[in-house]
Amino acid sequence: MAKEPASFESLFRSREIVIACGPGGVGKTTTAAAMAATAAATMGAKVLVVTVDPAKRLADALGISGIGNTVMDVPSKVFKNAGVTPQGSLSAAMLDTKESWDALINAHAPDEETKEKILGNPLYQNITSRFIQSHDYIAMERLYELHSSGKWDLIVVDTPPTRNALDFLDAPERMADFFSSKLLRWLVAPSRSSVVSFATRPFTQIADRILGTQFLQDISEFFLSLESMYGGFIERARAVQRLLAEERTSFVVVSSSEMVPLREAEFFVDELRKRNLDIGGVILNKVLPDSLSDPSVHATAQRFADEREALVSALVSQVGCEEDVARRVLATVSSSYDDFSVVAERERQSRERFSRSDAPVMNVPYFDHDINDMAGLLGLGHYLFPHLKK
Amino acid sequence: MAATPLLDRSLLFVTGKGGVGKTTVTAGLARLLADQGKRVLACEIDAKGDLAAAFEAHGVGFSPVDVGGLSLMHMDTEASLREYLRIHLKIPMVGRIGPVARAFDFVATAAPGVREILTVGKLCYEVRERHYDAIVVDSSATGHIVGQLTAPQAIQSLVKVGLMRSQTEWMLDIMSDPSQTGLIIVTTPEEMPVSETLSLASEVADKTTVDLAAVIANRVLPERFAPRDEEVFDAIAKKESLRLVDDIVHSPTEEVFAAARLATTLRRRGSAHLVTLREGLSPSVPVILLPYLFARSEGLRMTVQIADHLGEELL
Repeated sequence: MAKEPASFESLFRSREIVIACGPGGVGKTTTAAAMAATAAATMGAKVLVVTVDPAKRLADALGISGIGNTVMDVPSKVFKNAGVTPQGSLSAAMLDTKESWDALINAHAPDEETKEKILGNPLYQNITSRFIQSHDYIAMERLYELHSSGKWDLIVVDTPPTRNALDFLDAPERMADFFSSKLLRWLVAPSRSSVVSFATRPFTQIADRILGTQFLQDISEFFLSLESMYGGFIERARAVQRLLAEERTSFVVVSSSEMVPLREAEFFVDELRKRNLDIGGVILNKVLPDSLSDPSVHATAQRFADEREALVSALVSQVGCEEDVARRVLATVSSSYDDFSVVAERERQSRERFSRSDAPVMNVPYFDHDINDMAGLLGLGHYLFPHLKK
Repeated sequence: MAATPLLDRSLLFVTGKGGVGKTTVTAGLARLLADQGKRVLACEIDAKGDLAAAFEAHGVGFSPVDVGGLSLMHMDTEASLREYLRIHLKIPMVGRIGPVARAFDFVATAAPGVREILTVGKLCYEVRERHYDAIVVDSSATGHIVGQLTAPQAIQSLVKVGLMRSQTEWMLDIMSDPSQTGLIIVTTPEEMPVSETLSLASEVADKTTVDLAAVIANRVLPERFAPRDEEVFDAIAKKESLRLVDDIVHSPTEEVFAAARLATTLRRRGSAHLVTLREGLSPSVPVILLPYLFARSEGLRMTVQIADHLGEELL
């Protein structure tokens, strides 16, 4: 195979940050956890997984339920229960937007008074939970913070579901733009002096009629009290941007091979490339078995359908069932095959189109159970790192 | 009092976790309503073009486009603001709106509820003016929907005076009236979508005045075998019988059986999640099942199939 899957292993042995991104609903969180757990178990590395919203049972299994922003070590007992002695260690942290903002303000406010003023502003909570993609920004900010602590060899990041693939990549830049924007200065201006600039007058007049002066003042007061921190915001946004572009950071695009997610994943790959960011690979989950799109199996399925009556008479005595039941079961087997092969064929073709890009593509099959314990994660990791010994 | 049937309401918000088929269901529902002879507006909030793709429509914008007998629009808060200013403030300043709209956009970004009120306000306005019999909204995903549905309240609590505040009253009346407005949560029979649906359902009940009209479980694999049939299937799929089958077909058939086995396994796994879903919801909330479609593509054909299945469940 031209695309050597081992590159996933070399990726996880060489990078400091791996960011799992891609469309929602494709198992991104589970995949990130599986990669981190497997790296911790087999590579002797200190690994941290920053996760956004794990399924409850998965969080329970890792012992990270309800931990908020604190970093927790996954007890080695969890690995032992899965029959593995970890070579390294695994820590996990959840990402809570509100808590992260509070921490950010607490850490970077210039003085107590400003801190109190910001945290106590009635708009603060609303604004921080909805600030231009604040979720995306805070994820990047948090990553920067954790990486700067120097405590881990490898940080695997699960990204928040975005409305748009670009949101999360652009969040730091947008935050920087936001705080250096002229508009922000316009908005803050009226409460600073009674002289309303000529440029803002039409806006203030209209906004005043629609929203009322008080509301505008509340907003501008909020931004005023935040102003002393703008510099820091912009600086860290830029630092995050640089960190993402460095060689030690890689992006892994996670998707399924369904149409909509795959289209989004393709878009994501293009955007990463446009930005010169490193694409470590593409992971496609829930891939149907190859046999469903194999021409020779199609032929067998065809003969299987053609021979139905012969099969019915043979099976009635072999299995000891009624003729019509046997006929119905065989018909269902045929129709199941036909149904799934339509999907499998379509998905295989989409994947082929996709794998023409030069990023290594890794297919992960459908699992017949939900992954919600360490053994399950390591099982998934085994697919991703096939050369590792179990 | 019996709840107003889904298809008789005039404003339906459709939400769901990413990847569950929220847009396809919105499209199918709009198609079904239009097939019933209603004047229908379908609106995509995120304006990514997925809803237009479900109708294979082009050139959709804030101004509605007719697609096969229904109107399709993309939400655009700036255009909505412009329309609002024109209607309510009699400000025709189309040429000068640029910087004002940018500044307003900025406030809307920073201030809670402002962007949402332009969205919800536009939709409620269309309901009030009776321009359509039914409006189906491809809303924000589960994470943002509550903010959208509570926009009038957010504005009321934060904005004390001004035109926008005074208009939140009638919007709230429309949004809070279960005979007019309803929320539909789309999910799939999988762990995370189901758990998100349940927490969203309780959040909607706690924080919003909007009625949860239905939960639609999409991509439910059909039951392949009746219990007796499944026993026979298992017996046939055993080694000795399979060898007999292979002899008759003249090649190994194990992989042909694999599809039915996969279907059964996935179905069983999904059923458990459907039970969790049903048990976690108030009994008054209907759960509608839509089958997994083994489709060749996602477009008009799938939209029509979804509309047909919804029709079977709802008519």
